Formats: sequence, C-alpha cells, structure tokens
Amino acid sequence: MLEKGIGQSVKRKEDFRFITGRGNYTDDISLPHQLYAYFLRSPIAHAKLNSVNIEEALKCDGVKAIYFGKDTQAFLPCGWETPTRNGTPPMAEPPWPLFAQDKIRFVGEIIAVVIADTVNHAKDASELIQYDYEELEAVVSPEKSLEISSELIWDNIPNNQCFDWEIGDKEMTDKAFNSAAFTASIELLNNRLVPNAMEPRSYIGSYDKGKDEYTLYTTTQLPHIIRMLVCGVLGLEEQKVRVISPDVGGGFGSKAFHYAEESIVTWASQKLNKPIKWTAERSEAFISDRHGRDHITNAEVAIDDSGNFMAMRVNTVAALGGYLSGSGPAIPTFFYGPLIPGPYKTPTFYCNVRGVFTNTVPVDAYRGAGRPEATYVTERLVEAAAEVTGINSIELRKRNFIQPDQFPYNSPGTLTYDSGDYEATLDSALKSINYDDFNKRKAESKSNGKLRGLGISCYIEACGVAPSKLTLEAGGRGGYYESSTVRINPTGSVTVFTGSHSHGQGHETVFAQIVHEKLGVAFESIDVVHGDTGRVPFGVGTVGSRSLAVGGPALMRSIDKIIEKGKKIAAHLLDSSVEEIVFKDGEFSVSESNKFVAFADVVGAAYVPGNYPIETLEPGLEETSFYDPPNLTYPAGAHICEIEIDPETGQIDIKNYCVSDDFGIVMNPMIVEGQVHGGVAQGIGQALFENCIYEENTAQLINGSFMDYTMPRADNVPHMIVETEVTPCAHGLGVKGCGEAGAIAAPPAVIHAILDALKEKGVTEFDMPATPNKVWNAINNKS
Amino acid sequence: MPTVNINVNGQDLSAEVEERQLLVHFLRDDMDLTGTHVGCDTSQCGACVVHLEGKAVKSCTMLAVQANGKNITTIEGIADGDNLHPVQEAFRDHHGLQCGFCTPGMIMAAIDIINRKPNLDEKIVREELEGNLCRCTGYQNIVKSILAAANK
Repeated sequence: MLEKGIGQSVKRKEDFRFITGRGNYTDDISLPHQLYAYFLRSPIAHAKLNSVNIEEALKCDGVKAIYFGKDTQAFLPCGWETPTRNGTPPMAEPPWPLFAQDKIRFVGEIIAVVIADTVNHAKDASELIQYDYEELEAVVSPEKSLEISSELIWDNIPNNQCFDWEIGDKEMTDKAFNSAAFTASIELLNNRLVPNAMEPRSYIGSYDKGKDEYTLYTTTQLPHIIRMLVCGVLGLEEQKVRVISPDVGGGFGSKAFHYAEESIVTWASQKLNKPIKWTAERSEAFISDRHGRDHITNAEVAIDDSGNFMAMRVNTVAALGGYLSGSGPAIPTFFYGPLIPGPYKTPTFYCNVRGVFTNTVPVDAYRGAGRPEATYVTERLVEAAAEVTGINSIELRKRNFIQPDQFPYNSPGTLTYDSGDYEATLDSALKSINYDDFNKRKAESKSNGKLRGLGISCYIEACGVAPSKLTLEAGGRGGYYESSTVRINPTGSVTVFTGSHSHGQGHETVFAQIVHEKLGVAFESIDVVHGDTGRVPFGVGTVGSRSLAVGGPALMRSIDKIIEKGKKIAAHLLDSSVEEIVFKDGEFSVSESNKFVAFADVVGAAYVPGNYPIETLEPGLEETSFYDPPNLTYPAGAHICEIEIDPETGQIDIKNYCVSDDFGIVMNPMIVEGQVHGGVAQGIGQALFENCIYEENTAQLINGSFMDYTMPRADNVPHMIVETEVTPCAHGLGVKGCGEAGAIAAPPAVIHAILDALKEKGVTEFDMPATPNKVWNAINNKS
Repeated sequence: MPTVNINVNGQDLSAEVEERQLLVHFLRDDMDLTGTHVGCDTSQCGACVVHLEGKAVKSCTMLAVQANGKNITTIEGIADGDNLHPVQEAFRDHHGLQCGFCTPGMIMAAIDIINRKPNLDEKIVREELEGNLCRCTGYQNIVKSILAAANK
C-alpha cells in the first residue's frame, strides 16, 4: 500500500499557501490600471422603475462611467426548463436583465453600476444617482404569492406561478391512502438560507484591445460554464474569453451560477478598455448571492397494518425569488421529488411542486440543493408514522429499508439505486451514540432539570450529477460530464488538468493520490491544475458532490490511455508484443520474464522518439478524456443527534452527534470526514440558527448581515463522531460523493431530537430554526 | 493625507493613508499583504485578524491611522524563515482548513488564544473562537489543530 496512495489520509498539497497567507483569491489580484465597480442596488422590493438619472453622479471625483438599464438589455439565461403537469401552462421563463429595466422585483436588484478610480469614489457617486419609482405591493410567502391577482411580479404570469410539476403515480398513491391502516400528515416549512461562503463574490473583467480578448477572474465553481454563459449573454465567442477562477473561498452551490456582475465587469472592461474589479461586501452578498431552500410542504404517509410504508403524498410550494436563477427550477423538482421515497421500500408516491415567483432574492442550489428538503420531508414523515403506528422509529425504518440484496433497486422516483446497506449505517450510528444507555442519560438530565432528546435521520441522496441524458429529459439544458487531461512531462513529472473545481474540497491532493497510485509517479511530482479555461481544455465544474464521482473516472480514463500508450512504447523498447506487457509499480515488464523498462524511460522515448514506433504511434504522452456517468450515485447513511434543552431558557445544547455514512470507496478519509463536519455544521445551522427573514409586506431583508443572521460558531457545533460503511458505487471509481450529506441529514436529526425532548411537554410540531425563543414558547404553550 | 509610521512584520515603514482607510485595506491594498482577508462588514467573521503589539485585533475594526507607531504582525509574518509557526503546522497536520479563506484569521486568533490561556481544553477553545467564522470545517478540526499546537 502506498503511503500517499488511494485510501490514505494524505495531508493536503494546497495547504501550504493557505496557512502562510499565500492563497490567491480573486480579491487578492490587482491588474495594472484597474478601475473599481460599485453596484447601486434597489432598496425597494417591488416597483415600477420610471427613470434613472446619472447626471449629478457623473460629475463626482474619479468617476469614469455609469451604466444602467438603457445601456444594455442583455439578460441572464436559465439553464433548466422544468416540464409541467398535464393541463398546466409550460414553465414561465421571463428574462432576468443585467440591469433593472422598467421594473424592480427584489431588494438587491441591480439598478446601475458606477465605475471609478477607487471603490470609495464609486460608492460616493452612487449616492447621487436619482431614480424615480412607483412602489408596488411586495410578496414574500410563496403561498400568498399564488393567490395574488393584481400587482403581479410579472404582468403576463398569472398567480406568479412559474411551473406546476409532478412526479410519481397519483392514482396508485390515492388508492394506497384509501386502503391504509394508518395515515399521518405533517406541515413543514423549510427555512430560507443564505449560503454565506466566507469569501464574498469577486470579479475582475479585463479586455485586451490588441487581441480583442477578454479575461474574467471570478469566484466560480464552474469556470467553463461561466465562459459559455458570459459569451451567451454578451454575444462573444468562447475562444475570445478566458475565465480564471483562482483560489475560491467556499461555494456551497452559491458560486455555481452566472451572476450579472460577471457579465457586467467583462462588458464594461471592453467599453472602458481598462480592467474592472468588483468585490461584494457581506451585507451586499446577503441581498445578491442566490439563496437556498424556502419550501412550504404538506406531506402524508400511508402505512399498512404491519408497519410497511404504502405511499407518500407530498405537495410543495417552492419560492423561486423575483427572477429565475440558472438552475432555480431544477432544485425543487429534479433534485427534490425523485428522492421523496427515501431509502425505503415505499412502493408508490406522488409529489406535486409549484414553483412561485416572490419579491425576494432568487433561490437556487445551496449545499444539498433539493435533497435536504426531500430528506426533511421523508424523515419527518417516518417519525410521524412511528407516532401513529406506535412502532419505534428505528424498528420502523429497519422494516422499510431497501435490503442489500435488492440492488439495483428501481425506485418509484424513477431512479435506480445501485448499492447500499442502510441498516449497517443505522446500526453503526446507534452503536457510536451508545443508544442502549440513552434512557439512563435522559434520566440524569431530568434529575438536573433538563429535557433530553434523541433524533435519528436516515438519508439517501442522488449525487455525481449526472448522466446528461437523464438531466436533458428532466429539463436540463447542458451536459453534465467531466473532463481531464493527463500530461506526462518529458522529465516524468505529471500535470493533471481537470474540469472539476476545488473551492476547499482538496482536489489537488486527492487527484494526485489517484495518479500516484496508478502510475507510480512520486506524489510530490504531480500537480493538479483547475479553474482556468486558458489551461484546462474543457470541463463542467464542481456541484452536486460530483468531482470525484464524475471527474474521477474522467481522470482514470486518461490514466488508462497513458498506460495503454506506454505499453505500446514499452513493447517496442523491449522488443515484445503489446499483449505481453504488464504495467505495475511504475514499470512496464514483459510477463513471465525479467525484461522491464521504467516509466520514466518510456516517457523519455515518447518525447525523444529516436528509438520509437514512429510509423504507428505519435510521439508525446498526453491524453484527454471525457466521462458522462451511466447513473447517478446514491450516498446514504444515518445521523443521530442527542440534545439537552434547558426548559428555563429554551437553550439547546447538542450533547452527542454521531454519523455513519456510506460514500462508497473513500479516497482520503481525512478529507471525507472534514466534508461531513462542515456539512453537519451547516445542517445544524439550518435546524437551530439560520433563517432569512423578510418583512411580509415590504419584502425587506431584516437580518441581512452577520450581525443579524446567526451563523453557527465554534461553540454552537458539537464534536462529531464520523464513521463510514462501504458499499462501492457500481460504476466509475466506486465513489459516491460526500460533499452534501452532512447538510442533508442533519436538519431532521436535530429537529427529531427536539421533538423527542419536548414530547413530554405535549409538543408535536416544530419548524426550523429552533431558536431558544421558539423552544421556550413551545414549552410554555405560547406561539 | 496623514502619514503613518508602522512596523509591519518586523519592517519599519512610512506611508500616506486616507483618513477613512481601514487597517485591513492598508495591509491588503497598500502593503500587498493579501493573506489578511475581508469576510464581512460588521466585524463578525474574524478573517482579518492580525496582531497589534502581539495581541489579536480585527484589522477591519480599526483605522490605519490608529496603528501609527505600532507593531503589526500578519499571517505572512509568523513563520521563522522556512520554519512554519507551530500553529500553521498544526492546521496542516489536522486538516484545520478547507477553502483556506478564514484560515489566516483563525491562525492569528489561535496564536493569541494559546498565548493568553495556559490550560486550554475543547470547551475553552470553542468559546474563544467566538469571533471567528468558518463555513467549511464545522470547526472540529480547527479546534483539534489549536489543541494540538497548544500541547506541543
């Protein structure tokens, strides 16, 4: 076993630059003669925009230009067209202009950009821009929005409804409910969240007039896709645009979309022939980064007299915000509905989702993206079923789990789960948390005047997005493959170019581990390049826990091609046939002989092809591959949360948190655990602290800063015990993806623990976030 | 514009600054010390923590002119040549970072915590990190890194 090979907790290559302050984030980059952009954003949520006057502002010190709606009518495209339910209109797809045109639809919408020699000059000038508007009634709740008939967000879109989508079998589901021994129903709010990657978004647009070429530095997770979209928005050709996403300080989905500011700085850099830089302030990020979640759901479960789930029926209203974000319509549909049946043998289900415009920041993917919402529904239903049947929820889960011998399993959600052992992860988590002694701990808490509760959450998610055929059928407008190029340099070192993008995940380490293991080249001699369309031939990028699940096999294909070509060269050098050549431990040898040639010598021959099969083989050693996966991957597992509540204050203290995940093959356990820790902290954030609060009639974001929006801090998050069980994924490298699981599984685990603790107080319903105030009110029967 | 005389990472320097300029912008924009980051606008996140006379301060919370005559140490100034500071080493050894954006502030805060608190345990470290936000790690390996460095 190689010390730095596959499966080892290899320390990260990228860390040196980060711990020494040598990271290179977009805002760290300054180009000669650059100017600074400042965006004037609407402080009003819903208004007719009558006019914009920049005359006074233009006279301010240092101002070079001010642009607004009349200067360009370009708009952001949507990357997904959700097919709608029979008898309902097709998805409404209104344009999202770079600058507000005649109407404003959310607080934070861009009215104008000021470009000046300093940020402060641009800000000062923005205060003198005058705009005339006529305020309209604003709406925050997607349910209320559906009832609106006048002062619509879009004049031509009735009821503010973007789409009405369904999945599952309504007839079968209704039938199951009619014959069920037990039914249970719940109403849920899935609270709106602000992703809040620690690095605010930042862009620099730069134009080279001599070559008519553009460079965009951007905090993105998808550099090649952004290049394509910027070209689409601005009418440019891709060979003229280079997109560089250098070190990126976290993404969590929020940096996976094309933002208007990216196109605007690129466009303006050409108009002014100067680099233009913009960096968001945090409070600005609150009203301009895409938000996540924001569902209202009614859900029911039907159970037979043996405790088997017969069906689930789910109706969800999902807020989309004032405009359609790039994958906004995909998240509450394709990434949500199919997973409602969960890891259970739920034979049938029906899920209806209506996507609705609201006067809020547009909603899109945030860590888990649809799957946390699905898991929250399914798991809350499981607990409701346990309650109504009187069966312990652990027993109920085990009775309904899809069994290891049932894979591949065709779920009623139209997915084919390829592998898993759900009971194994649940048992492992129960063991970690010492479940058998829980009642003893509960009694101890009680003697101290505290309420103790334990909550379980078993999740399944769909990752490794995605087979392009599948997403195209579901409404996607792009390919979801990944690419890689492996370049063996003449001296034997390796450069890997990957279309995946790391913004904290550690690709530079893990991808190097794979190459090291497979080619035997020293780990230190392997560098991974990502985040630059000028260096990486092509790619998609990193979302949906896909880097290793999709980017990994793309890398593996290139490695295999290198070995294949190496064998041909070795056969020539060893005067043997290709079929006889074996590659192992960094050497090509002739099987059943002592003839061998080192990898480095094969590389040497490839680049100095004097003794080389030049007539049949090209010199050089560099291979490129694309990989479009045959299926999604299905990570699954169990989280158990144990809490103590102080009934005097409503304060929640997480006492124990145990995780057991099945991510398939694990390449670097240290990194995988770290991903789980971070995901769980975000899930705990959703369950206990985070909530994006809009004032109902004005749609003003009330808690739009770190002063007001509660981010989880070190003393809010427990020490977690993280275990993994392994059932390899049936395709690719056997990996399933680990990036989102924590954020998916944690919210129901935490809420179930709270409901368990408050059961003796008669509390049966609870919406996130469980702030001390809400907990105290629940205990004291106050709403 | 006023002139400030500051010692940054052991080097005396003199510079003209705008009165309203924050120390963090002076360090990043004028001194090109971009290891100190800006993660918020309300002094909440701690990505900008540096040492002023050896003590942790949020460099977004003071003006550059207030640092006149003072010694400032940034993330770029804590290693001894090629030898990393033990806290830097510990963050690498224990996977105390992912995207790296909060890391300089975390490391500068951690050094200060270790200097101030002789008997650190997990609870104290978590409480002491109250002023620093991380969105990637769930704090677990940051806490582990700090405890490991403290026990070296």
